[in-house]
Amino acid sequence: MEKSIKRYFPVFLGPTFLAFLIGFIAPFLMGIYLSFCDFRTVTDAKFNGVQNYVRAFQDGEFAHAFLFTALFTVTTLILINVIAFAVALVLTREIRGTNIFRTVFFMPNLIGGIVLGYVWQLIFNGLLSRYDLALKISARYGFWGLVILICWQQIGYMMIIYIAGLQSIPGDLNEAAEIDGANGWQRLWNVTIPNMMPSITICTFLTLTNGFKLFDQNLSLTAGEPMKQTEMLALNIFNTFYGRVGYQGVGQAKAVVFFVLVVALGLIQLKMTRSKEVQQ
Amino acid sequence: MKKRLLTLTLALVMALSLAACGGGGDSQTGGDSQPAGDTQPAGDSGDSGDSGGSGASGTVYYLNFKPEQDPDWQELAKLYTQETGVEVKVQTAASGQYETQLMSEMAKTDAPTLFQVNGPVGLANWKDYCYDLSGSALAGELSSQDFALMDGDSMSGIAYVIETYGLIYNKALLEQAGYSADDIKSFADLKKVAEDITARKDELGFSAFTSAGMDGSSDWRFKTHLANLPIYFEYEADGIGNTDAIKGTYLDNYRAVWDLYINNCTCAPTLLSAKTGDDSVAEFVTEQAVFYQNGTWAFGDVADIGEENLGMLPIYIGVGDEAKQGLCTGTENYWCVNKNAKPEDIQATLDFMYWCVTSETGLEYLCSGDHMGFVIPFKGNLESSNLLVNIANEYVANGTTSIKWCFPTMPSEEWKNVLGSALTAYAADQTDANWETVRAAFVDNWAAEKSK
Repeated sequence: MEKSIKRYFPVFLGPTFLAFLIGFIAPFLMGIYLSFCDFRTVTDAKFNGVQNYVRAFQDGEFAHAFLFTALFTVTTLILINVIAFAVALVLTREIRGTNIFRTVFFMPNLIGGIVLGYVWQLIFNGLLSRYDLALKISARYGFWGLVILICWQQIGYMMIIYIAGLQSIPGDLNEAAEIDGANGWQRLWNVTIPNMMPSITICTFLTLTNGFKLFDQNLSLTAGEPMKQTEMLALNIFNTFYGRVGYQGVGQAKAVVFFVLVVALGLIQLKMTRSKEVQQ
Repeated sequence: MKKRLLTLTLALVMALSLAACGGGGDSQTGGDSQPAGDTQPAGDSGDSGDSGGSGASGTVYYLNFKPEQDPDWQELAKLYTQETGVEVKVQTAASGQYETQLMSEMAKTDAPTLFQVNGPVGLANWKDYCYDLSGSALAGELSSQDFALMDGDSMSGIAYVIETYGLIYNKALLEQAGYSADDIKSFADLKKVAEDITARKDELGFSAFTSAGMDGSSDWRFKTHLANLPIYFEYEADGIGNTDAIKGTYLDNYRAVWDLYINNCTCAPTLLSAKTGDDSVAEFVTEQAVFYQNGTWAFGDVADIGEENLGMLPIYIGVGDEAKQGLCTGTENYWCVNKNAKPEDIQATLDFMYWCVTSETGLEYLCSGDHMGFVIPFKGNLESSNLLVNIANEYVANGTTSIKWCFPTMPSEEWKNVLGSALTAYAADQTDANWETVRAAFVDNWAAEKSK
């Protein structure tokens, strides 16, 4: 068996690797090259040095988009993880109909971001119009609208990961703690959470990167209105690339900066939460 | 042995599924904006021999700008294929997405052979892709050389439609409110009528204006078309046709007319950011409002209220000789042919364009009110059955001065977008501070964007 795996691994790995090369590595390298170019269409570019990066860093809207995105990510990271963890705790108790609840909580994840954005735009505007208000007139509405949308969409997904984590904690640990006289809170803090660190690592990583990479929902819910105040990084890059004549290279440079930023943050976060993981 | 067979089968299945994915992608070149089956994949049957025509080796790919006319272009393309055997693929960009789509389509191997720019500013972006049309048969059909878009000596674009916009109004409702079009000869009159209708809104059961929606499907009516008026009057006053630094001489008038629109419409001004173009049309045809700012291209949408009820007024903003003010007439639609396309495709495209503006079928589709209802700047232009076009012609015949379309000189799409956002913010909270943002977006950003 092992021998045949050794012999045939290119057959299995080949197509996937090829797809990865074509669909990921090639555009990625091309993108880095294009960030140093002046171009209109991606197949017809002229090299122009670091000028794109200079213009990207001079752009105040890019800085604003970064701050807005950071604030949004921190808010959603905390909200999603706390709520998802709480829901997971409740749904691992022996309650009637847990499976139905799990399914219902998970379902928003199955809907595409653009659709969700428009659906929630209708909901928010429908509510706000009772007070003669609309979602796009204030950055504050836009911000909380996005937070609600993303929480609604992602809590179910993180909940599933937390449930899997909770179920893998050996029951005797809690039992032993209970016999030693630990109360509910103490068991949660000192037994459950330390044992859940691998799940927490995954979930915080996912919510952090999802927050930074958020695009569809931002585009369809607020489109950056009012006055680009709710424009997040990914949307800012998109608008720079497609919305402005002669700014394609700058958009590309922003995208490279964005990539470095997300990778760096992701690695730091992984390191921080990994160090708290315990061996069972 | 059995195992090996299984491995091979699995590998084969994987390879096949990949190939299937690739195939699926290819067959969708027709785009999603058109009903399936409307177009054949380009090149598949282009040289299938049944045509025998001379131009049958090339194909045409038209990236259309006007969503309103998409079905007509699709039909016209089909008719052309039937007649000549030349494949014509028409794809239409969603409202406001033309530049985005053009940019990604142009990077493809099968790039559009026929696309459009909106004037000098749009041309600056695409001039390296424009085939020189001077001396072409199409150029010979132009009724006036003013409709050619020149880049130095090269004829980069040719306008294919002349359009007019103004304040479309519902005659029956205006009468019900106790007025007629003759009562509205200036901005002051318009303001008086609109505010009177608003005051009696509950009693009359309708509003003065349809909602000035600032959703992307409708905001161009105000950030581009309405903004044209202060720009036009400033250009006229200064005797220029373009500028690197606009002064905003008539911004107060712009504010006055914007105030009038947003405070006398069907909904609270705070709700305008969410209102769409469809909302406005719906309000107009269901007789919830008297006035609707739009142009000749919207005839199909508004014809439902009955031709006898339909009229169009100039957009008065209280500047110049208002008694002589006409509608806003011009073009921002120039056809360009992709220089980088294959020579036979360029030829096929030129033939197709020529056919559109000379053949009986082509002219019928372009000019008839049942189809696109265009006024075309070519010798073959037919008398229009588009009522709004005829109203526009009457204005010209009555000796009024048409307002030129100056918005192709606006510095960039970005300038329009920033202005649109500022107008939306001002509508929600009509303070002087917010108008200052509009002014900055109009004046300061003009210079900033022009210098880029």
